[in-house]
Amino acid sequence: MRAVFTVCRKEIVDTLRDRRTLISLLLGPLFGPILFTALINLMVSRNLTSAEEVLEVPILRAERAPNLVAQLRARSIEPLEKHGIDGVDEAARLVATGVHDVILVIDEHFDEDFGTERAARVALVFDRSKTRAGSRVSRVRGAVEAYAQQIGLLRLLASGTDPGLLRPLVVDELDVSTPASRSALMLGVLTYFLLFATLTGGLHLAIDTTAGERERKSLEPLLALPVPRVSLLVGKMTATVCYMLASLALTLVAFAIALRQLPLEQIGMSSSFDAGTAALAFVLLAPFAPLGAALMTTVASFSKTYREAQTYGTFVLLVPTLPLAFATMLNIEPTAKLMWIPSLSQHLLITTLIKDQPLVPPFVALSALSSLALGVLFGWLAVRLYRREAILG
Amino acid sequence: MIEVEGISKRFGAVRAVDCVSFTAKDGRITGLLGPNGAGKSTCLRILSTVLKADAGRARIGGIDLDEAPLAARRLIGVLPHSSGLYQQLTGRENIEYYGRLHGLAEDVLARRVDALVERLELGAIANRKAKGFSQGERTKIALARALVHEPQHLLLDEPTNGLDVIATRHLREWLRELRAQGRCVLLSSHVMQEVEALVDELVIIAAGRVTLHGSPAELALRFPGRSLEEIFVEAVQRGERSAA
Repeated sequence: MRAVFTVCRKEIVDTLRDRRTLISLLLGPLFGPILFTALINLMVSRNLTSAEEVLEVPILRAERAPNLVAQLRARSIEPLEKHGIDGVDEAARLVATGVHDVILVIDEHFDEDFGTERAARVALVFDRSKTRAGSRVSRVRGAVEAYAQQIGLLRLLASGTDPGLLRPLVVDELDVSTPASRSALMLGVLTYFLLFATLTGGLHLAIDTTAGERERKSLEPLLALPVPRVSLLVGKMTATVCYMLASLALTLVAFAIALRQLPLEQIGMSSSFDAGTAALAFVLLAPFAPLGAALMTTVASFSKTYREAQTYGTFVLLVPTLPLAFATMLNIEPTAKLMWIPSLSQHLLITTLIKDQPLVPPFVALSALSSLALGVLFGWLAVRLYRREAILG
Repeated sequence: MIEVEGISKRFGAVRAVDCVSFTAKDGRITGLLGPNGAGKSTCLRILSTVLKADAGRARIGGIDLDEAPLAARRLIGVLPHSSGLYQQLTGRENIEYYGRLHGLAEDVLARRVDALVERLELGAIANRKAKGFSQGERTKIALARALVHEPQHLLLDEPTNGLDVIATRHLREWLRELRAQGRCVLLSSHVMQEVEALVDELVIIAAGRVTLHGSPAELALRFPGRSLEEIFVEAVQRGERSAA
């Protein structure tokens, strides 16, 4: 037991003194929250502009449809003065080259057709592949269609017909999502950042204490000491777990601070990611660390050099993303069976936590148990690998 | 005492060690001599229990390595081919790490390390990180690390490798001192001149086999008129011819 402690302490001190490793360890936890903050800020600012901003749209032959233009103006869509466009082809060219996002072209016979049974025509020129312009196009389209519908209703009324005849079916939408559950998808990405930060926190140590030690030739005299291999390996993996947990804690703190700064309410989300939630998230994710440490140590045991182990280790970083990808695509609900799958179980529990739904204690226990059990299994495998002579290379 | 009886070790098709037997007595320095690739390192690795012999037996201090490797490891200090120090730890911390893993109590450890620092003149490097050490400084610390638990047996793999004249001289002095304390010292080398003034017993191996052994004096009697160097070279050539 004392040997485990000695090995663990030595590995922790050894890594702490390596400035490069320490910097990457500190930057890792910041990467997720920064990216996350930038993404949400972008989303928020885009949503705000499309809803309130005055939209200037070039309207060709605006003089032929003054009422329509007035209607557009009432919806903050201003016709652009002096656009100098003289035809549909010219308009198409300007949209294709990105000069304008959307151009409204009033038909030459609009004013003649408007009063008659023939439909008056307007053309909306836009580029569907430009997703950025999507909200502007639908704003203009919406405004034009609303105008058309209004005129239609007025005409029916004028002819003495009940406009209700045209609406045999009405769809009433009842959206039961709460602000918290709407934010879940976005914050679900958070689980991945957290698991990623946990793993990267231990990556260097898992490799350095095994493949690195072998490469530097310090493994051979170490194995000639009267210490069982299991004590050596448990000590090394414990040190790796310590760094993983430190990285996880740092990331959670960074997220808690970042999410407080974000205007989440403005995009209809509410986030209750306070200190208590962060602490609970730490408890839920912590059992994943021993599994990650054991898995990485096992993988690193196969490799001869630090570099080689780093390549394999990077693949290990991707492993927890697989269940997450499925979960996000299929919109899976937590069940007892799924709690047996590490990383997925943590994802589901964190999502529950963020949705402000109650955590089911047996689920929490099952998730921790399965991760720890798999961790022990991989740890045992690593010890087995260290009993082979081939470990010396 | 180290007793080796007919140990063999194969790596795939290569017979690295082929039925090697010898004894290294307490209070004597035994030299394992041979060209590169003769099987010296493999022998020492088997004795330090990091490799297992395919056949034969070896005992250290009467303990069979196969039966109780952990107990045998308590009785040996190992100076491996490359020092394998931890770069980020100081000289002193490197020594202490091994002392703790040998289970030494903290007060005993502090006393031992102080004594080693004084005897091996490590004062200047004890509190520096191992990162910038010269080869000689690395070997010194690695030797202190191998001695921290005061082992009865010492296994040194080419200890003079890369050392300058002064450092080699110091090393010889320390090894003689350990011999005077009654310890069993087994070292390997591929250069006769480096060890002929030092060793009490020579075991010459070539192509995995012992081709000649005895004290320098005995060998001089058996091959009159030849230098130890000549005897060594002939023994190696004979061994390599018979293997081929």
